Amino acid sequence: MAEQNTQITAIRIQNVTKSFGTKVVANKDVTMDIYRGEILSLLGENGSGKTTLMNMLAGIYFPDSGEIFVNGKPVSIRSPYDAHALGIGMIHQHFKLVDVFTAAENVVLGLKEEGKFNLAAAGKRIKEICDAYGFDIHPEQKVYDMTVSQKQTLEIVKALYRGAEILILDEPTAVLTPQEADKLFSVLRNMKAAGKTVIIITHKLQEVLAISDRVAILRKGEFVGAVPTSEATELSLTEMMVGKKVELNIERPDPVDPTLRLQVRNLSCHNHEGLPVLQNVNFDIYGGEIFGIAGISGCGQKELLEAIAGLQRVDENSEIIYDAPDGKRESLIGKSPKKIKEMGVSLSFVPEDRLGMGLVGSMGMVGNMLLKDYRRGHTPLTETKPSKELAEEVREELEVVTPSLNTPVRRLSGGNVQKVLVGREIAAAPAVLLTAYAVRGLDINTSYTIYHLLNEQKKKGVAVVYVGEDLDVLLALSDKILVLCGGKVSGLVDARTTTKEEIGYLMTNLPEEVHTDAKPEEAAKEDGQQ
Amino acid sequence: MIIWIQKAISFAAFIMLAALGELLSERSGSLNLGTPGTLCVGASVGFITAFNYCKSVETPNMFELLVLILLSSFAAGAIMGIIFAFFTVSLRINQNVVGLVMTILGTGLAEFLSVYFIESTTGNVRCDPAYYLFTAKIPFLSDKLGIVSDLLFNYGFMFYVTIVLAVVMMLFLNRTRAGLNLRSVGENPGTADAAGISVSKYRYLAAGIGSGISGLAGIYCVLEFKSGAWATSDIITIEAFGWLAVALVIFAMWKPLNLLWGSFVFGICYWAYLYLPNLLGVKMSDDLTRMLPYIITIVVLIVVSLRKKKENLGPEALGLSYFREER
Repeated sequence: MAEQNTQITAIRIQNVTKSFGTKVVANKDVTMDIYRGEILSLLGENGSGKTTLMNMLAGIYFPDSGEIFVNGKPVSIRSPYDAHALGIGMIHQHFKLVDVFTAAENVVLGLKEEGKFNLAAAGKRIKEICDAYGFDIHPEQKVYDMTVSQKQTLEIVKALYRGAEILILDEPTAVLTPQEADKLFSVLRNMKAAGKTVIIITHKLQEVLAISDRVAILRKGEFVGAVPTSEATELSLTEMMVGKKVELNIERPDPVDPTLRLQVRNLSCHNHEGLPVLQNVNFDIYGGEIFGIAGISGCGQKELLEAIAGLQRVDENSEIIYDAPDGKRESLIGKSPKKIKEMGVSLSFVPEDRLGMGLVGSMGMVGNMLLKDYRRGHTPLTETKPSKELAEEVREELEVVTPSLNTPVRRLSGGNVQKVLVGREIAAAPAVLLTAYAVRGLDINTSYTIYHLLNEQKKKGVAVVYVGEDLDVLLALSDKILVLCGGKVSGLVDARTTTKEEIGYLMTNLPEEVHTDAKPEEAAKEDGQQ
Repeated sequence: MIIWIQKAISFAAFIMLAALGELLSERSGSLNLGTPGTLCVGASVGFITAFNYCKSVETPNMFELLVLILLSSFAAGAIMGIIFAFFTVSLRINQNVVGLVMTILGTGLAEFLSVYFIESTTGNVRCDPAYYLFTAKIPFLSDKLGIVSDLLFNYGFMFYVTIVLAVVMMLFLNRTRAGLNLRSVGENPGTADAAGISVSKYRYLAAGIGSGISGLAGIYCVLEFKSGAWATSDIITIEAFGWLAVALVIFAMWKPLNLLWGSFVFGICYWAYLYLPNLLGVKMSDDLTRMLPYIITIVVLIVVSLRKKKENLGPEALGLSYFREER
């Protein structure tokens, strides 16, 4: 049935390339077809360029080179307006809605319709759309009274109201409960039945197999291929998604005399919407090891680190036991972040915008060093001298390129900013060093400097936790890798013996046989046998 | 008691007009703290125009005089608003800083212009024709209906213009497409931008027209409330009224119709120092009673934030410059 429709090409993307700045190539020479009336999954790892490619269809970005054809005609999509005119609507991960407006007001916002402004009429049309596809929203409802799923529905209604024939959804299920996701899928099937084309951007394999007719795969900005879902399996898709293993020359000294540092048991926590983000997570971290954590974005890595650092409220029964080098055994739960830091657990988190967490952009290196040190002074005034010395030390050892120690760190290049951040955390001589995305956006050489730094710490007996996006690096750098999937531990593997495919599979699948309450050692064994 | 209410209403009217201008600007996301300065400039320019027009002709044509006064005050205010918008929208400078600067500039400018163009630095100057124009009452309605006349029809034409404007503004904000767009710009400029609405255009227009209205409030204050007498020493009082107008917008929870009763409450409170002690038979300090409008504003804010209704907490993007994010 679907086969008859798939013959007509709705959109053709031809040799499209898009880069940001001079270094980052988000899409490289992508050529692909999207057929009318199909549900197409666009699959790829984080940073593989899925969203960028779709943003070019939606008019957010404009390609550097290449052409886009809609219904066979070459088009130039320069704004979301142009996209609407071509019948393309995109639902972003971050909803573009005005909270205090009603559903109807949000839908008509910015429309240049002829004639009298008539919200009642708009409301009637919205009701019709809702009834046609089985949406559950009321035109008079205020957005701030809506659940996340309703807000998403409203975004879809908005696109349909504007006459969208091609609907792009960017990771639509990331914010939904499984029940809500099922409902979304049935809505998408209704839309397909009505002849609309649906593209969903995702990295969840089960979803791909459950909903789509065809899968297109991107890897590192390049188009790998497209296969009909009926011919695909989770394994074949994983292989296409992660690609062949890349050999990296990262040193990995064997752990010397690992001692237990951190015991995490039954760790669970919920986000603001009350959805669980971590469920019964168990693992041990040893000093002298690099403990890698892998997972797709939003699987709970961030919350995990924050829970350890005392920044995240955890559920009852969660246990985080810390064995300090001096032999003391204490629970970290309920302690303030400051106290945890003093006990020797240090967190350096590099967020997407790099400066948001940990550094103050308008202050220089000295000021930023002072931030975590100001309590140490003996006078009411802050003492800048130790911070100055520390800043000088970090600058020399890590080769931070800055005009002066007092140049605002905002003006430094990304790599240098990260060196300052990581350097400061290391300087606190922690017993447990938590790093997240330490090499995010860095070039190869700087990344190696950071890996080297982490290895230095490891040799000193520090327990290093490394959360990273690049699987190749995780495999080459870590001793053990904990894989999270949807807030649960899907595996704990030995980085020396595991394969990229195994991790890729674990990242997107929760094996039935791994019970979350199993001991980590057992889990590791089970994974080893697979 | 009747006099108290009358005075409160005539006070309320021009404060409300100033607040309407500020409200329009705030609903687009611009917290224009330059309003007190705008009021002074509007008053000064309007009065200078009236004064010099009356001096230059033998018998002033009332219609010409009216048009000249209204136009010049509005234009002076609008220019202040456009300068504010230029700094905050185009140059993205902090709105609070620019607003305060505009107020300081406005008070100084008002004084300078007045000294320069009126050439009488001492005491009051008057422009009686303009005063009569602004205080002319509606015949019949204003004297034949007893207490109704005293309370409702005892004011100049600007009173009625102001009330009509409040209703018009409510209809504009809630019932028109442009009003919807303007509100979206004040709530969530990112969303408005994505929907193809020009954030800059709406903020410029709102600040310009809003400040123009505030400018009108300035001359209204001089010609009716101040009984048509102008002295540079009055500028400081007008500035104080401007701050009351800013507080009134918050008090009214950013809704034009709330201004109608909100401004009356402010008027009652403002005059309380004259009438309240007598009414209660106690002596109290003027300074304490004059604080009343500000105190009730704070109380209202507390009550509103406790009720946690999102609409009442003001535009979400109020006071924030908008940058279109680039990757």
